[in-house]
Amino acid sequence: MKRHLLSAGDLTRDDAELILSTAAELRELADRPIKKLPALRGRTVVNLFFEDSTRTRISFEAAAKRLSADVINFAAKGSSLSKGESLKDTALTLEAMGADAVVVRHGASGAPHLLANSGWVRSSVVNAGDGTHEHPTQALLDAFTMWRHLGESKPGGLEGRRIAIVGDVLHSRVARSNALLLNTLGAEVTLVAPPTLMPVGIESWPVQTSYDLDTVIPKADAVMMLRVQRERMQGGFFPTAREYSRRYGLDGRRMATLQDHTIVMHPGPMVRGMEITADVADSSRSVIVEQVTNGVAVRMAVLYLLLGGSEPAVGGEE
Amino acid sequence: MSTTYLIKNVRVLGGEPTDLLLRDGVIADLGGRAASASERIETIDATGLIALPGLVDLHTHLREPGREDAETVETGTRAAAMGGFTAVHAMANTEPVADTAGVVEQVWRLGREAGFCDVYPVGAVTVGLQGEKLAELGAMADSAARVRVFSDDGKCVSDAVLMRRALEYVKAFDGVIAQHAQEPRLTEGAQMNEGELSGKLGLTGWPAVAEEAIIARDCLLAAHVGSRLHVCHVSTAGSVEIVRDAKRKGWDVTAEACPHHLILTDELAATYDPIYKVNPPLRTAADVEALRAGLADGTIDIVATDHAPHPHEDKDCEWAAAAFGMLGLETALSIVQATMVDPGLLDWAGVAERMSFAPARIGRVADHGRPIEVGEPANVVLYDPAARRTVDPTESASLSRNTPYRGMELPGRVVATFLRGRPTVLDGALV
Amino acid sequence: MVLDARDITRALTRISHEILERNKGADDLVLLGIPSRGVPLAERIAERIASVEGYDVPVGSLDVTMYRDDLRMKPARALLPTKLPPGGIDGRTVVLVDDVLFSGRTIRAALDALNDIGRPRAVRLAVLVDRGHRELPIRADFVGKNLPTSLVERVKVTLAGVDDADAVTIFGEVAS
Ligand SMILES: [Zn+2]
Repeated sequence: MKRHLLSAGDLTRDDAELILSTAAELRELADRPIKKLPALRGRTVVNLFFEDSTRTRISFEAAAKRLSADVINFAAKGSSLSKGESLKDTALTLEAMGADAVVVRHGASGAPHLLANSGWVRSSVVNAGDGTHEHPTQALLDAFTMWRHLGESKPGGLEGRRIAIVGDVLHSRVARSNALLLNTLGAEVTLVAPPTLMPVGIESWPVQTSYDLDTVIPKADAVMMLRVQRERMQGGFFPTAREYSRRYGLDGRRMATLQDHTIVMHPGPMVRGMEITADVADSSRSVIVEQVTNGVAVRMAVLYLLLGGSEPAVGGEE
Repeated sequence: MSTTYLIKNVRVLGGEPTDLLLRDGVIADLGGRAASASERIETIDATGLIALPGLVDLHTHLREPGREDAETVETGTRAAAMGGFTAVHAMANTEPVADTAGVVEQVWRLGREAGFCDVYPVGAVTVGLQGEKLAELGAMADSAARVRVFSDDGKCVSDAVLMRRALEYVKAFDGVIAQHAQEPRLTEGAQMNEGELSGKLGLTGWPAVAEEAIIARDCLLAAHVGSRLHVCHVSTAGSVEIVRDAKRKGWDVTAEACPHHLILTDELAATYDPIYKVNPPLRTAADVEALRAGLADGTIDIVATDHAPHPHEDKDCEWAAAAFGMLGLETALSIVQATMVDPGLLDWAGVAERMSFAPARIGRVADHGRPIEVGEPANVVLYDPAARRTVDPTESASLSRNTPYRGMELPGRVVATFLRGRPTVLDGALV
Repeated sequence: MVLDARDITRALTRISHEILERNKGADDLVLLGIPSRGVPLAERIAERIASVEGYDVPVGSLDVTMYRDDLRMKPARALLPTKLPPGGIDGRTVVLVDDVLFSGRTIRAALDALNDIGRPRAVRLAVLVDRGHRELPIRADFVGKNLPTSLVERVKVTLAGVDDADAVTIFGEVAS
């Protein structure tokens, strides 16, 4: 039985398109007087956040509440990496509370996987971002946003669309999940980064890669800029923020080379001036604010499809 | 007066069946009938069993002093006996670190008291394993523990000058530096083998070059100063190639491989189960092949377990938070059978060389790793290669349960272990 | 086959007239089809009303999936479209349109769903077929055909446009 959403790679094309079409229906809810549906009445969703991420937590909280679930927010004090509260003890507590789903954000890659497979909890586990591994619901909301703009919200709508994902691919869980999901949906993904920020073994990913932003973006239908932390400079991944911006940042000059229909995305939080300039982020091409709205609808779809029936309709085995 | 054991129909090093008489701590007779009518004799029907010299492990973590919640000298040597070992070298990364004559003598004494196998403490190369200044290597060598193997294992002696000095210094007492080859800057935060999978799993990679670069440098240093170098837990095909090249040039370099690196691969990290987290990490299938070939042709001199016990809570957590290391003593011989003997890469005489004679030579241990001949110390293992068993961690003699082979069916079983003629294991159980 | 294309056309025409008669005209009417077969039926009724009255009755669809009382008894199901006419439903007379009325549970769910969407002045129910066996105190205001059935039988409605052709068929015990 499929119970968890741990990796975007666990989703089949049918799974992914079912989530997108369900999200499309649920997005309408935002325009109605009562923004609530009864599907998850009596179900308990726990937001288990070992890392601070107010935006993601609020998005999941709104999604669960709009489906009438009871929501418990559990901000674990410090990760167990710093020898705070251990994942195991926390999980056992949640199990005792009778959680139906645990939405987990954790600084350690694989923590949601561990939670789902350890036998500590019986609930569904939804990965809300783990270390430098994956962030599948972010990828789903990104895909949903592209699907609305580029694919007329139709099955197969992203087939053959060219998506450029630019920035710190090495440390980005968003890039990993997007590469897997967009490939599943038939899009052509190109990852653009300096060689130091490309993961080893990327040749085996279902993507193209490039070190040269200027040759990639004129052909792209969507350009997704990833956050680049200034601390990466200390690791010697690039010499200076200025050089990074010059080679891999999206500014007005580069934006002018985009096709008319091309959209600009960012999973947030943005480092304005580093990977994206303010005029680009605030331009009409930017769908960054819409990504937030879509996030709630997509997370509603995921929670509904995992918890709404006697058994989930999507997700990975295990 | 100790019991005399007559072991009947045993195949010494896998040869023709013969009888073996153990009396007064030595091998009293081989093939004859030297038992006198007056003495008390236990007869063991060893039909189908193989006799090997008591195994010698050059790389064991006994955790005492300091982490008695993970292992003690007593429990660790029990596990060793169950695995057919009669001597183990106890690594220095205890708390306090075994970097003084006092600590090494303490470990050595605990080993004598436990009595399940002989314990040879390894001395730290640098004070507190800090990699800054040499520990009192001479004092440890001169102590009751008579230390000959020095290692900062767990950490790499990465400073080239310090490594050079250590290699030179131990020549005075015929010591050897056993290097844990891991370039620290290339492995900051490293969690698993760097490759296709680490990129997918989002786990920081531990690149092969971080091991190979240190091994290459150390081989050159050892050659330059004319010293002995031992390379711990070689894990990559590139490392095997470097050691092979050093040997070809006639340099005094020896190397070890761990059982887990002979059978397990980095694919297991995809489970995110930290039971598979070890340092150096599990590598690719190609590396496993290269290690087996290197062990078969003698490029890799020995098998050493790197037995690394950890309490449950240090493994029952997120991968990145978990401790490195896995148990190895009780399963080593079975893994070597499965990966080397059964596929025809090594015969039982070869196993005796890799797991007893050679490690004893490298560690300068006089009373172990001796041939099974009349007059030699009666350190002998009886092993049933036809047996099969499924690994159950709860049955381990170790205090810890972190075996990566849980639920796996392995060939072979240690039936008996004799330490100086006295059984530590009989009928597959501790005595 | 118990109803053919002509029977269905006749039934829908009659329903359209009854709706107009009951409502005293088409003012303030809203037709909400329950997906999937209820939606094309609602559209056909709207066409007939338009041809009689010369007035376009707003048509929408109302998905009841999340309001079903058997939601937890089956694997999670895909949602079907809910599309409300631009004027909304507040103060209007809503006619729910479905193909088959059986236990009444779908309509119960539809009434709950309506409750979350707005406040109609009145709610009516139009169905093509009423096959009996009600489990809730619900009845239809407009019925195309009363069709006595046994519980083991299955009633299938097909509509041209969605399916091959218009038909209502009763199947016996099906081994599938
Ligand atoms: Zn080591």
